[in-house]
Amino acid sequence: MGDFHNSESDIDRFRFRLGFATLLVLLAFGLLLGRFVWLQVVQHDFYRTRAEDNRIALIPIVPNRGVITDRNGVILARNYSAFTLEITPAQVDDLETTVDALAEVIDIQPKDRKRFKRLMDEAKNFESIPIRTRLSDAEVAQFAAQRYRFPGVEVKARLFRQYPLGTVGSHALGYIGRITDHDLKWIEEEEKQANYKGTDHIGKNGLEQHYEFELHGETGYEEVEIDSGGRAVRSLKRIPPVSGNNLQLTLDARLQEITEQAFGDRKGALVAIDPTTGGILALVSNPTYDPNLFVDGITPDNWKELNEHPSKPMVNRAINGAYPPGSTFKPFMALAALEMGKRTPNQTISDPGYFNFGNHQFRDDKKGGHGSVDMYKSIVQSCDTYYYMLANDMGIDNIARFMGSIGLGQRTGVDLGKDDSSESKGVLPSQEWKKQRFKKPEQQKWYAGETISIGIGQGYNAYTPIQLAQATAVVANNGVMFRPHLVNQIIDAKTGEKRPVEPQPLRDLKLKQQNIDVIRRAMVGVIKEGTGTRAFAGAPYEAAGKTGTAQVYSLKGADYKAGGVKKELRDHALFIAYAPADKPRIALAVLVENGGFGAQSAAPIARMVLDYYLLGKLPAGAASEDAAAVEDDGEE
Amino acid sequence: MIDVIGTLKRGGRGLIAHIDFPLLLITLTIMAVGLATVHSATFDGNHRLLAQAGNMGVAMVIMWFVARLPPHKLMGFAIPLYVVGLLLLIAVFMFGIKVNGAKRWLSLGFTRIQPSEIMKIAMPLMLAWYFHKYEATLRARHFMVAALLLLVPFALIAKQPDLGTALLVGGAGFFVIFFAGLPWKIIVGLIAAAGAAAPLLWGMMHDYQRKRFLTLIDPTTDPLGAGYHIIQSTIAIGSGGPFGKGYLNGTQTHLEFIPEKHTDFIFAVYSEEWGLLGNAVLLFLYTLLIGRGMMIAAAAPTVFTHLLAGAITLGFFTYAFINMGMVSGILPVVGVPLPLMSYGGTALVTLFLGIGILMSIHTHGGRVNK
Repeated sequence: MGDFHNSESDIDRFRFRLGFATLLVLLAFGLLLGRFVWLQVVQHDFYRTRAEDNRIALIPIVPNRGVITDRNGVILARNYSAFTLEITPAQVDDLETTVDALAEVIDIQPKDRKRFKRLMDEAKNFESIPIRTRLSDAEVAQFAAQRYRFPGVEVKARLFRQYPLGTVGSHALGYIGRITDHDLKWIEEEEKQANYKGTDHIGKNGLEQHYEFELHGETGYEEVEIDSGGRAVRSLKRIPPVSGNNLQLTLDARLQEITEQAFGDRKGALVAIDPTTGGILALVSNPTYDPNLFVDGITPDNWKELNEHPSKPMVNRAINGAYPPGSTFKPFMALAALEMGKRTPNQTISDPGYFNFGNHQFRDDKKGGHGSVDMYKSIVQSCDTYYYMLANDMGIDNIARFMGSIGLGQRTGVDLGKDDSSESKGVLPSQEWKKQRFKKPEQQKWYAGETISIGIGQGYNAYTPIQLAQATAVVANNGVMFRPHLVNQIIDAKTGEKRPVEPQPLRDLKLKQQNIDVIRRAMVGVIKEGTGTRAFAGAPYEAAGKTGTAQVYSLKGADYKAGGVKKELRDHALFIAYAPADKPRIALAVLVENGGFGAQSAAPIARMVLDYYLLGKLPAGAASEDAAAVEDDGEE
Repeated sequence: MIDVIGTLKRGGRGLIAHIDFPLLLITLTIMAVGLATVHSATFDGNHRLLAQAGNMGVAMVIMWFVARLPPHKLMGFAIPLYVVGLLLLIAVFMFGIKVNGAKRWLSLGFTRIQPSEIMKIAMPLMLAWYFHKYEATLRARHFMVAALLLLVPFALIAKQPDLGTALLVGGAGFFVIFFAGLPWKIIVGLIAAAGAAAPLLWGMMHDYQRKRFLTLIDPTTDPLGAGYHIIQSTIAIGSGGPFGKGYLNGTQTHLEFIPEKHTDFIFAVYSEEWGLLGNAVLLFLYTLLIGRGMMIAAAAPTVFTHLLAGAITLGFFTYAFINMGMVSGILPVVGVPLPLMSYGGTALVTLFLGIGILMSIHTHGGRVNK
């Protein structure tokens, strides 16, 4: 190993090695300097961009959702700001433990936990989910002091939807709820993804859903510097959101409320329309529900109760319940006969109390019959035999053609729900319909005998209350048909510009005025001297109407089967009306499920609506007593 | 040359008798830069500036005290310090407490100590003493013993695992052996053997070390995990550009993208705010520090002092190079602080012990001859 102990050469060797080491040091530092030049000069632009990207984040600012008011400015849907306590599950290791620990700081009820679980199942990835809503200021402070203990948990200020009138008009308003995968698809189809960044609620049905993209507004952005933990440190630029447009409805909230009260515990629906515009004045489906339940995410218990209740409060009977029209069908049959020249007004039939077709006897309500019956009398006294004969003379396809033209068995296009499919079509029977409805060839054939009961609004006939209201409005408006709609105008939240939902007529049916006059006179007769007399006793205005009673047990082919059809075989009560008779301002259709005779349970509700709308007060005397009596009756 | 008793009698002048002013000036300059950078790195709330200044004060007192000890007294510490350090390392191995998956600490009940820090000084001291003792009769077996003295603590520290400290301790020991005259052919042979043993070493590595190695080659493979440190610190350095973003204006720093920004990654903070120019200045300052150390080593009169001074000086280099190399992404992240810059009392004390020893060697030059 050579000479290790020559002192002089040791020193020389040491100094040489020192020099060698120094050279290595300089080389190494030169290498570092080269690396710095590479990073800071050659690739500077690249890294500068990376740093910019690193520190700037666009944080969406959710716009205020548009406010919904009734025709008089009564607020039906508005927003309020509240603090929520939210957990981002992806950032929390053990949810259960975290929630337990949180419960020691903030009051968390079992129902909050249940709702949280439900929301988590529906949630998009990586979003924060509220465990508690509407925190008090004290609760916010309590949490803030302990915040360090809960990574992935934060207090957020959020806008909440509020429906101040609660259950009133819920089927018209609909509600908003948290965005689900299904809603996301919708947003993607509409190519609105960018505008929905940061939005977590969306209209689920009713007006809230139909006008979603009007109500939503434009999302704003805040450019903020963030740290690596994603916390905003400093705001750089703010593009404010544009609030959603406000909706002013044609609906009258007070009328709506009074109508709902008139239904009481009874199931049913009412649609009242301004026949000159198609604007809906009241749209009732009873029972209702409280849309506020959905805003924070409905609890599973509430959801179960609403969904599984036998009276099906979540079903909007006004547009999704299809019922046989019963005798309310008769004025339209008569109008069809006049238009097609199958009858003249004065042409009479002799009613023995029944109509024989083949070997089957169709019975009239009145034993012994109505005697000699012309068109006026057939409507005022609701003579079945007249319409058995008429239907037989007209044939099913002629009936279908005319009824289709006045909107029966057609979607009205009312501005509720996402699209047309949220409204039911009902059943407009025809040979073609039967062919498509049934599969077996022997069932596909239309039998002439089936046409007979169609004439009195039974059989396969099934229409929604809004269709009946629209058909009534068509008569009241002399054959000019409007699309029923709930929104009068859309008000731009920023400019205040008002965009009316144009009351454009859908079509003019070009009916002969003298034919319409016959029908309208007869419908006035119903109120004056017919089946509607009792309900409208003492009314200071002239009304026109028609009662109806639909047999529940013969209900066939309807989309909607009323809850308890099998247990409750009482007939559905119907009433259509418009008023004032000479210059109608309101047309309506009422249906009371299992309400018995239309004159008894449906007409008094119509009376209340007409009185309130035309006079601004509720009826006194017989009519209201009747309504109360039937209300009690309905509870059995 | 200087009478110790006499200087003490002459008061003030005696207090600074063993201070090497060039070394002190360079050290203070780097420390000032370090303090300013710690201030920037902990600007938002973590007021560590005063604490670090306090650490510096303590460290400088230790430096002053060590500088006054003549080298032969220092030699007396070699064996006790090494033995105590080794025993503590064994104790760590057996009863150490685990923090973040590594067993580096020994609990004394009231406080925790990290014995591997002691080895940073004890190792070169021990080996320098050893070569000094056998200087006249140096044989190959002495190198074998030296290698053993080096490898046992190295293995114990690497096993903790603490690769950074193991490298620093091993480096300090190796420098002594190198300066003592380890034949070139053995050095070359060792390098060749290391290359051959690399796959073997790979097998012995801990998962986190392998991960660090792999992410060094391509940090983007794990951008939110192990690669995150490197990606963010290279972004900080690169975005600093030629002249930096300006003091207190580093966005990567102040938006908390840089992890461990006031300790191991403080160089990224400095580099982002001062740019290439600042980096060049810092490299120059370190070169001055090392240069001064080399001069002291070259002038050192005994085997013990020149080996010790050389090893300590190269130790400073190892610290600086590994740290800046890892932060700028050319070396794996091994957890080595940047000397005189990074926040932390322990590392500072170790550094100033080294500086104190250098000063002692330089200012006691003539008096300690064999």
